[in-house]
Amino acid sequence: MMNALWKQGWRPALVLILLFIVWETSVSMFDIPAWLLPSPTQIIEVGITDWPGYSHHVWATIQLIIVGFLIGSGTGIVVAIALHLVPFLRQATYPLIILSQNIPVIVLAPLLVVWFGFGMLPKIIVITLVCFFPIAIALLDGFRQTDRDLMHYMQMAGATRQQLFWKLEWPHALPSLFSGLKISATYSVMGAVISEWLGASRGIGYYMTLASSSYRTDRVFVAIIIIVALSLLFFLLINWLEKMTIRWRSSGEGGSSDAS
Amino acid sequence: MTHLEIQNISKSFGENEVLDQLNFSVHQGEFVSLLGPSGSGKSTLFGIIGGMILPNSGDVILNGESIKGKRGSISYTPQTPSLLPWRTILNNVLLGQELTGKKDREKALQMIDRAGLKSYENSYPHELSGGMKQRVSFIRSVLSPQSLILLDEPFSALDEFTRTDMQKWLLDMWEQTKRSILFVTHNIEEAVFLSDRVIILSPRPASVLKEFQVPFERPRREELLLSDEFLQFKKEIYQEMRHAQV
Ligand SMILES: Nc1ncnc2c1ncn2[C@@H]1O[C@H](COP(=O)(O)OP(=O)(O)OP(=O)(O)O)[C@@H](O)[C@H]1O
Ligand SMILES: [Mg+2]
Repeated sequence: MMNALWKQGWRPALVLILLFIVWETSVSMFDIPAWLLPSPTQIIEVGITDWPGYSHHVWATIQLIIVGFLIGSGTGIVVAIALHLVPFLRQATYPLIILSQNIPVIVLAPLLVVWFGFGMLPKIIVITLVCFFPIAIALLDGFRQTDRDLMHYMQMAGATRQQLFWKLEWPHALPSLFSGLKISATYSVMGAVISEWLGASRGIGYYMTLASSSYRTDRVFVAIIIIVALSLLFFLLINWLEKMTIRWRSSGEGGSSDAS
Repeated sequence: MTHLEIQNISKSFGENEVLDQLNFSVHQGEFVSLLGPSGSGKSTLFGIIGGMILPNSGDVILNGESIKGKRGSISYTPQTPSLLPWRTILNNVLLGQELTGKKDREKALQMIDRAGLKSYENSYPHELSGGMKQRVSFIRSVLSPQSLILLDEPFSALDEFTRTDMQKWLLDMWEQTKRSILFVTHNIEEAVFLSDRVIILSPRPASVLKEFQVPFERPRREELLLSDEFLQFKKEIYQEMRHAQV
């Protein structure tokens, strides 16, 4: 596993290192002012020395992401199950759900601030909305793609509707659910940061707006690095959960990381 | 005693007449094969017996009661193994009991062992070969609480020798459990080797063309396949079916 990571990863890693070297040398060679573009070493230095000053912002954002992600994916799962089990509901709303996917939910954020103020609630609503769609749609598709031969067998064997769902459709849709969860995990980080931009008294998004309005570009970079790291961390967490849950797949067909 | 009785079953899909006044029965503990050309409506008939499809007319009687439109009255081995990929072999085999009966792990493990699949009970289906999966699928049927087993061309995807091995294995299992079996195939040799009785279906729309009582005694051995009596009997059935084709 580590070995494979090393084999695949050394080339992109090399490119990144080269990039940092070019960045570092050009900043010092052309004497670029730090408020315009700080060098990588400066950014790392600030990131370390400032940690006590911004750590509580990081925790606040992580909290927001987790709460929003749990509520959003929970709603997505419940709605998908309801739509799947009640065909009338699905026929009535599925086209609307697909259409509404084209609305960038983020544009609703200012409206939510107007309605619900600057507290946790509008932020959680934004994250819930961005998490909801990928999960609901992935899960519904997973249910619909249930293998027809397996369905036929289960029905011939006398399975009730409940048994069909829990013993066939639900486990069958789990890989789809996880590809939805992976998309939502990154979306929820983005949703949290953007909703903090619009109005907050803490969180990494708030820290970022403060830094940029006082031309502390080095701190902006620190914020960016933290956000990227959080995204990656959440993605890996879901990936790990998937590996723990879905152990029955042959290695040949294990590629569910199609995050499209 | 009659276990299953098919009474005057007719079925058409729109203009397409598939089954026409089908009549036959399976006795308790009997092994009956339905022999019919491809597309003659064998899977459709199984759908009707299994309660998935309603016939246009006629009735299906199991142990004296109509099971028309009722699901779960028979045990079924489908054309494809249809194992749940997220379940281990043991849990797959227990599925039939889980749906309509009580789980008996001891017996399941015993059957897996007898099927030559010991040490595979905790494997997943994708780790097994096609023939092994069919065996698992059949064990699942045998363990299901229903007493009549329907098999829909379970060996059609296997090569000649694996197929013969599977047939011998199936006979072995059947002789030990003495369940009634209705077996669908379009392979004459397979039907004769396995069955007590072979029912020949006409091309679509299917009706019963003729019934043959198979005279060979049990237990049957592989040598029988190459004996003169066997080939003679096979020829008779072949001619009967050939006749109907034109
Ligand atoms: N649900 C359905 N709707 C419409 N037509 C159907 C349906 N199911 C089966 N048929 C038709 O019924 C006919 C018989 O099909 P069936 O699958 O029962 O044949 P079969 O004897 O099992 O064939 P094979 O030996 O190839 O498995 C075919 O012409 C098929 O097109
Ligand atoms: Mg068929």
